[in-house]
Amino acid sequence: MNTVAAAAPLTAQAFKSDYKPIWCPGCGDYSVLSSFTKAFAKLNLRPENVAVVSGIGCSSRIPAYTNCYGFHGVHGRSLAAAAGLKLARPDLTVVVASGDGDGYSIGGNHFLHACRRNVDLTYVVMDNHVYGMTKGQPSPTTEPDWDSKLSPGGTGLRTFNPLVIALAAGANFVARAFAGDPNGTAEIIAEAMRTPGFSFVEILSPCVTFRPEQREWKQMVRPAPVTPTEDAARAARRLMSDDGMNIGVLFKGDRKPYQPPIGKGKKHPSDLEAEFAL
Amino acid sequence: MSKPREKTKDSISIAITGSGGAGVMTAGNLLLEVAAQAGWYGLMVRSSGPQIRGGEAAALLRFSHAPVECLDDRFDVLIGIDWQNIHRFADEIPLDASSVMLGDPDQGEPPEVFSARGASYVPLAFKQMAKALPGSWPNMIALGLAAGLAGLPADSVKAVLQKSLKKGGGEKMAANLAAAEAGYAAASSVPAMARLAGQAAHKAGKDARWLITGNQAAGFGAVRGGVRFCAAYPITPATEVLEWLAPALPKVGGTLVQAEDELASVNMIVGASYGGVPALTATAGPGLSLMTEAIGLAVAAEVPIVVVDVMRGGPSTGIPAKSEQSDVSIALYGLHGDAPRLVVAPNSIADCVSATQWAVHLAEALQSPAIVLSDQYFGQTRAVVDPPADIGLVGDRLKANAGAEGYKRYAITDSGISPMAVPGTPGTAYTADGLEHNERGLPSSQSGDHIRQLDKRAKKLAQFDYGERWAELEGEGELAVVTFGSCTGAAREALARAAAEGIKARLVSLRLLSPVQPERLAKALAGAKRVLVVEQNHTGQLYRYLRAEYDLPGEVRSFRHPGPLPMRPDEIHQQITEWSRS
Repeated sequence: MNTVAAAAPLTAQAFKSDYKPIWCPGCGDYSVLSSFTKAFAKLNLRPENVAVVSGIGCSSRIPAYTNCYGFHGVHGRSLAAAAGLKLARPDLTVVVASGDGDGYSIGGNHFLHACRRNVDLTYVVMDNHVYGMTKGQPSPTTEPDWDSKLSPGGTGLRTFNPLVIALAAGANFVARAFAGDPNGTAEIIAEAMRTPGFSFVEILSPCVTFRPEQREWKQMVRPAPVTPTEDAARAARRLMSDDGMNIGVLFKGDRKPYQPPIGKGKKHPSDLEAEFAL
Repeated sequence: MSKPREKTKDSISIAITGSGGAGVMTAGNLLLEVAAQAGWYGLMVRSSGPQIRGGEAAALLRFSHAPVECLDDRFDVLIGIDWQNIHRFADEIPLDASSVMLGDPDQGEPPEVFSARGASYVPLAFKQMAKALPGSWPNMIALGLAAGLAGLPADSVKAVLQKSLKKGGGEKMAANLAAAEAGYAAASSVPAMARLAGQAAHKAGKDARWLITGNQAAGFGAVRGGVRFCAAYPITPATEVLEWLAPALPKVGGTLVQAEDELASVNMIVGASYGGVPALTATAGPGLSLMTEAIGLAVAAEVPIVVVDVMRGGPSTGIPAKSEQSDVSIALYGLHGDAPRLVVAPNSIADCVSATQWAVHLAEALQSPAIVLSDQYFGQTRAVVDPPADIGLVGDRLKANAGAEGYKRYAITDSGISPMAVPGTPGTAYTADGLEHNERGLPSSQSGDHIRQLDKRAKKLAQFDYGERWAELEGEGELAVVTFGSCTGAAREALARAAAEGIKARLVSLRLLSPVQPERLAKALAGAKRVLVVEQNHTGQLYRYLRAEYDLPGEVRSFRHPGPLPMRPDEIHQQITEWSRS
């Protein structure tokens, strides 16, 4: 959050591009897009100073739907590209968008190390418990008995608990949001962006096409009945036993972000030759 | 002292071996420094078994008064501090009847594989000699012995040891200086060797020679070319590129980050470069395999990156600490889709500086990934070289101006190069995308956009003027040797030997492997009736590529063998002479 606002504050609309999303009608990701732009406006940012980085999947289409600088990379590697960008350009505000397949399956290793490395990034995962772009396969957060062509009768595998894993790996900010509440989600994203270090926001974002039962989430979510803690162990204990429907900021730490200096050294390359010269 | 078998020779080759911990590499490095101090050229190739500690190790050295680029066909001297598993180096240390082996009789006899070649053996009690000088090490006896045998001045030995043992304190220095002196004196008990032909020449000031490894050179070339961001994942034998860059980059305003894997390191550099900072990573074959998807992203999204591949024996884990030129095909073809890319190969240790610098320049100018094909031989060999001049080319990409009206990131232009907006620039925001896209950068699956962008990306590489740097061209004759990378030194030496016998031949060492340069190569090979393609791999990867992409004149033959044995001058020389006579 090094961006200095210039000129008049922009509206959320000013952060939206004129490019029409490919998402299905009713997709939770539309709301997340509007929460992104609301958060950017709320933080008084300029589109040119924000980079939205993503991997592959429905949710990862989001960069081009904003008016910010976007980076739509390869499957699972958004956090790596974003870390490279932020470390090379600490002046930019970098937000990373992902989904449960992109972020927790193929990108799982980068998720662990991004939490651990604690670069000042905001990582937003739109979790719908399914691979949507490939038309309905189970992801790491899919329930074990969910039937699909690829896993008839269900995978039988326990689900991945991204928030607990983020805590264990060292994320500095952990929150859960619900796409059905775009204003509340915008608040959480803005708070994540304000918090230095690696901030992780898991957003329950229904896939009405392959998981129509997720329409029920609206009735199931509730504000987390606890205040955010600075104790990661405590936050993890709470999350191990919740039903995945508690919404809000669940952990906020104060770890110093990882940002090795760049642009400080003033030597000329020829100054380094002395090391080789006889 | 007996008479030398021959009075002078052009180069002297010495191998020092022993098990890990015997200080073989230290002795070898110090010997190289002694030679450098004395105004000689030389190099030291490292060879070791797979163990981290305790395995067999060999320092393979060659000295001359002229620049040395490759190992010789044979060794004059083999010094075994001990002989533990040293028989494993039998093929890497060719000896003959005029070679001398020196070893500690307490460590047993030299391995049969060496003795069988008729080399003479002189026992020398290294351990006892060191014991007599408390605080000294047997490898310092070996160092002095090697220096004495090579005819290096005793003063140079002293000067180098005084400098390198400064930290150890007075007693340690005195003991080891005495050990080196004892070794040096013992050399006189060995049948005298031929002295180096020519004169040692010291260079000072800006002409002062450099002592550098290819991996350091690649790192320095990157910095010269303007690289200011590196993401690093350790892998043998490329790690030293990264380890050199780690402290160097901050000095010039850059930074290095250690990544969790090669998928991360390559994506990090794509991200950094998208942010406008020239970026590089270094790896070896297994890492390059993992990186191919993101290199394809850099092709599609037109993000400049440089990946240095320090090739080692493959496939799979292969032979990690030994050299082989077997990543030619993955570098040239290893991306899915129609994905033009730059592939640049340094042809000497010093050229690891210039070729990497050039690769950075090209990547930035063409908004393209560039793969630099170095190898373990270059990367981990330390050599005395003439200082590589700054080629004056830095990364300088075409950038979009703020508020550019109707900005199109992937605009179709005559050159195929379109201005790249750097994040932070107002009015030119766009999304860099691995999805096929239109000129604005918006995803498109339409055939027209696809063909236009494919043409654009192919054209920008094909149309660029790469100048004279695309290859080294030497000599003339109806026979041409076409090679690249670390085979170049051996090929050059083979041609020089052939020339001395009256056989004319020319050398084409390709620095730019991709994109192809059909007109330039046709010109370079005009009038050639025989083309010998030389490379160090099993299938003739360069040969096949050249046959596929170029119309080569006359009869074309492939001469190749895989690593880890280096390509030696004599084997190429034999090919040339036999073919010339037929």
